[in-house]
Amino acid sequence: MARPALEACGLTRRFGALAANEDVSLTLLPGECHAVIGPNGAGKSTLVAMLAGEQRPDAGTVLLGGEDVTALGPARRARRGIARSFQITQLCRGLTVRQNVMLAVQAAEGRNFRFLRPARSDPALTGEAEAALAAAGLAARAGVPAALLSHGEQRQLELAIALSQAPRVLLLDEPAAGLGAAGTPALTRRLAALKGRVAILLVEHDMDTVFALADRITVLAGGRVIASGRPEAIRADRAVREAYLGDIVDA
Amino acid sequence: MRERAAVLAGAAALCAAPFLLEALDEAFLLSVLTRMLAYALAAAALDLVLGYGGMVSFGHGAFLGTGAYVAGVLLHHRADGSAVTDWPVRIGGTAEALLAWPAAAIVCGLLAAAIGAISLRTRGVHFIMITLAFAQMVFFLVLALPQYGGTDGLMVPSRNVLAGASLAGDAPLYWVALVLLALFLAFARSAMAARFGLALRGARMNERRALALGLPVYRLRLAAFILSGAVTGLAGAILANQASFVSPDLLSWQRSGELLVMVILGGQGTLYGPVLGAVALLLAEEELAAITEHWMLILGPVLLVVVLFFRGGLWRVVAGARGDG
Repeated sequence: MARPALEACGLTRRFGALAANEDVSLTLLPGECHAVIGPNGAGKSTLVAMLAGEQRPDAGTVLLGGEDVTALGPARRARRGIARSFQITQLCRGLTVRQNVMLAVQAAEGRNFRFLRPARSDPALTGEAEAALAAAGLAARAGVPAALLSHGEQRQLELAIALSQAPRVLLLDEPAAGLGAAGTPALTRRLAALKGRVAILLVEHDMDTVFALADRITVLAGGRVIASGRPEAIRADRAVREAYLGDIVDA
Repeated sequence: MRERAAVLAGAAALCAAPFLLEALDEAFLLSVLTRMLAYALAAAALDLVLGYGGMVSFGHGAFLGTGAYVAGVLLHHRADGSAVTDWPVRIGGTAEALLAWPAAAIVCGLLAAAIGAISLRTRGVHFIMITLAFAQMVFFLVLALPQYGGTDGLMVPSRNVLAGASLAGDAPLYWVALVLLALFLAFARSAMAARFGLALRGARMNERRALALGLPVYRLRLAAFILSGAVTGLAGAILANQASFVSPDLLSWQRSGELLVMVILGGQGTLYGPVLGAVALLLAEEELAAITEHWMLILGPVLLVVVLFFRGGLWRVVAGARGDG
């Protein structure tokens, strides 16, 4: 078996008496799409925050490509190959769409302390940014401030930004949130095209998206892993049906 | 377009000012303009941190004053032939601006590195308070140095010379200050449009996103803070020459506050706005002080009106340009 791209070992995170995550372990193999599902409050966002480095676990470790990154903050993990999207879109709203992507390319490339050449005429940034925007279908909106994009376009941009970081691991926190019935299939197609190229940890409520993309599924409830396995097995799992899926799957 | 026109008009006015004042027989006012240019330089430097970086430094008076003291102290020792220090190496006084002014900038850059390295671990109100606290420490430290005048301030016996050429008289110092201001504005504009500025601005707009991208947010901010502190120190060195006197008042929190007002009044995140803000504030102080000693009572409400009703500051009114997103 290939070495996991990302591995969570016994992650625990408590807020006072509440255990948001309790001994959560999972692996993400290279090129795999691993979905994490669970009811609201199951601890999915806390898990993503610990994997991305925004929150430190009270116990447990995070391994990135076999290397222990538990002590590293989000920027250092990003430089080691983790990119993410947020449940609530996080963009530099005063920058243009193009600049948002250029910044991601720049951050991945790592040369930030340049003072003289205008970034807009730096081919290393603009070339990749244009390509990423074209792929995201945002080329026509490149010069618009990110704040003026529609919700759906902002979600597109957030994904384009994460991909521009050339990540090894992509953490997607509810990428379909707010897209509606019209936008979700397009997103699913985009993510399907990425499969095999980057390891994706997908937190998502939309079950059609999850079952269309996931190679494996881990189910969280009450901060604990209650099931983990292939989609067919999860679909059939009694505990999962009782805890969460219920009529969603039946319907 | 309109911004470009406003910049050209301002530059033309500043270039014409010495000749105009000469013709009007008001040449003594040139010294007042030099003081404005020095403050404009400091305000533009603060804008880098405040407007582009989103760091509200309430301690830039420390850099303004320290820069002035470095230039003043070097001139002071040069005049009486003594050494600033004999250990670990002997550092004598100097009148040469090519030595003293970079020294002022470097000392202030180091001071900014020390203050910034600690302050930048905090955010928001905490950052404001900790920069203020550091500036107060510097203020009281300098007051405790009797050899440099303590509370009385330091008389500066002569002006610096620039590459051996005298800066005596109002015009030479004015031109030097104007050139330095122009050079800094040109550099800062380019830096803010370059990769450094893109990253610094991005980190201000959304720190969470910046960190998730892997940007070294702390180092970017520290670099901006050091650059800003160094240039503010340079402005202080010009002030020491202009006034032939270094007052510990330059280090005070009131002065830090004035610099903030200049930036906000002029329009933060525009670089040119703070220049206009510095000129406007000093002009208003001067004019109002001539009318009444209670000029603060008039200036205060005026500032409130500008901040409340002219978001984007004077530069937006004049040039139609908005501050950085």
